[in-house]
Amino acid sequence: MAFYSTNEFKGGLKIMLDGEPCNILENEYVKPGKGQAFNRVKIRKLISGKVLEKTFRSGETVEGADVMDTELAYLYTDGEFYHFMNNDTFEQIAADEKAVGENVKWLKENDVCTITLWNGAPITVSPPNFVELEITETDPGLKGDTAGTGGKPATLSTGAVVRVPLFVQTGEVIRVDTRSGEYVSRAQK
Amino acid sequence: MQTPSDAWQPTAAFDNLRQRAALLRTIREFFYQRDVLEVDTPLLSHGTVTDVHLAAFSSAFSHSETGKPETLYLQTSPEYAMKRLLCAGSDSIYQICKAFRHEGAGRFHNPEFTMLEWYRTGFDHHALMAEMDELLQATLNSAPAEKVSYQDVFIRQLSVDPLTAPVEVLQQKAVECGLDMNAGLPDDADTLLQLLFSLYIEPLIGADSPCFVYGFPASQAALAKVNADDPRTADRFEVYFKGVELANGFYELANASEQRQRFLADNAKREEIGLPPLPVDEHFLSALASGLPDCAGVALGIDRLLMLKLGASHIQDVITFPVSRA
Repeated sequence: MAFYSTNEFKGGLKIMLDGEPCNILENEYVKPGKGQAFNRVKIRKLISGKVLEKTFRSGETVEGADVMDTELAYLYTDGEFYHFMNNDTFEQIAADEKAVGENVKWLKENDVCTITLWNGAPITVSPPNFVELEITETDPGLKGDTAGTGGKPATLSTGAVVRVPLFVQTGEVIRVDTRSGEYVSRAQK
Repeated sequence: MQTPSDAWQPTAAFDNLRQRAALLRTIREFFYQRDVLEVDTPLLSHGTVTDVHLAAFSSAFSHSETGKPETLYLQTSPEYAMKRLLCAGSDSIYQICKAFRHEGAGRFHNPEFTMLEWYRTGFDHHALMAEMDELLQATLNSAPAEKVSYQDVFIRQLSVDPLTAPVEVLQQKAVECGLDMNAGLPDDADTLLQLLFSLYIEPLIGADSPCFVYGFPASQAALAKVNADDPRTADRFEVYFKGVELANGFYELANASEQRQRFLADNAKREEIGLPPLPVDEHFLSALASGLPDCAGVALGIDRLLMLKLGASHIQDVITFPVSRA
């Protein structure tokens, strides 16, 4: 595996830290006129998702992490693994529950997700920013109440629960922002 | 980032380059009014700095008078040559020149940068700080500067006395501040003090007006006199404004044998950490031995001064071609 010196640090570089692959978010070179040089580095740990700030002595080297993102379509789950396919090569990859994590509630068949691979194995699964899902259950809204003050909870086909306006009904398909978990609109027919 | 196809283009806007020219003119006028002589000293030198944390570029000279190949160093500041002029009787002088440091580029760093350095005979560091404050007001339109001792600013910001605190206390303070070092905390007081200062004090001082910090620990004296009243401190100051380290100044050490001791101590430390020892500048030491007039001097980064003037966030906005495009 390649080693990187702090001179090569920049946003997007993947390195190993405490045995975990990490993505460098920001790198600032700090050099007092009289004194040792440092790099202040903001890092996201790719498995735990934790963001932390580390200080390196300039010139230190760290091991690179073999990490890449790939776009794959979600196929199905067998209860233990989640199966994805590359739409160009038809190659399939299975991600475990840990890699999918909370995002399981946004996985819809055929949606193209971003899978992060470390040494060829999936470590995270990111759904598209927007998904369209059917409401399987929500209280009937009161007729004429369109003010939509607080909205109401609605359960979606994947099990996700989001707040929707009162006029939206069971059986309708809605568009949700997966980053915030918020209702955006009714889906375009 | 621009695509490689326009990498031939300057990174600074022409309006910024016009402002740069205007700033240089203001500085020259400032010194002209005060009867300080502009000088020009070599960028290439046989001697270089021994400072453990300064790295010089070196070049091969194959046309020396002796016929033997020589190493010439690009200067990291014009300090030694300017002090030789002072020893030779120049009286107060200033210089605007390029300085070179073999280190990484960053928001506030380019390996080749423009420096203003000036020396005032008959001034101590307090008198020089007052003059520098005037220069900052003239160039940046800044409010009158604040002045605080290194000891006081540590006590004020971090509740720790930098002159007496043992290493363990400084380490504990670093942990409290949230410092997470990749290879563990340093175990020497100076490195810890520098880290605490750079990361947890510098960003908080000089927000509204420039802040002069003076009385650095004697262990970080560089080329400053040790303070006559408190030998734990040196007559060295730095200037901070809006998160930028702008200048470093000294009430200049005039004692040649003490200066030689400091160079030798630097070289000993270099060997200790696996760096090659460097040739000390014998011309400079001979000049000091002949007598340096009582004086104070300061070096200021012109690129950073312009960044402050323009509110630029990256040094490449104020220089034509940063090292990656040079």
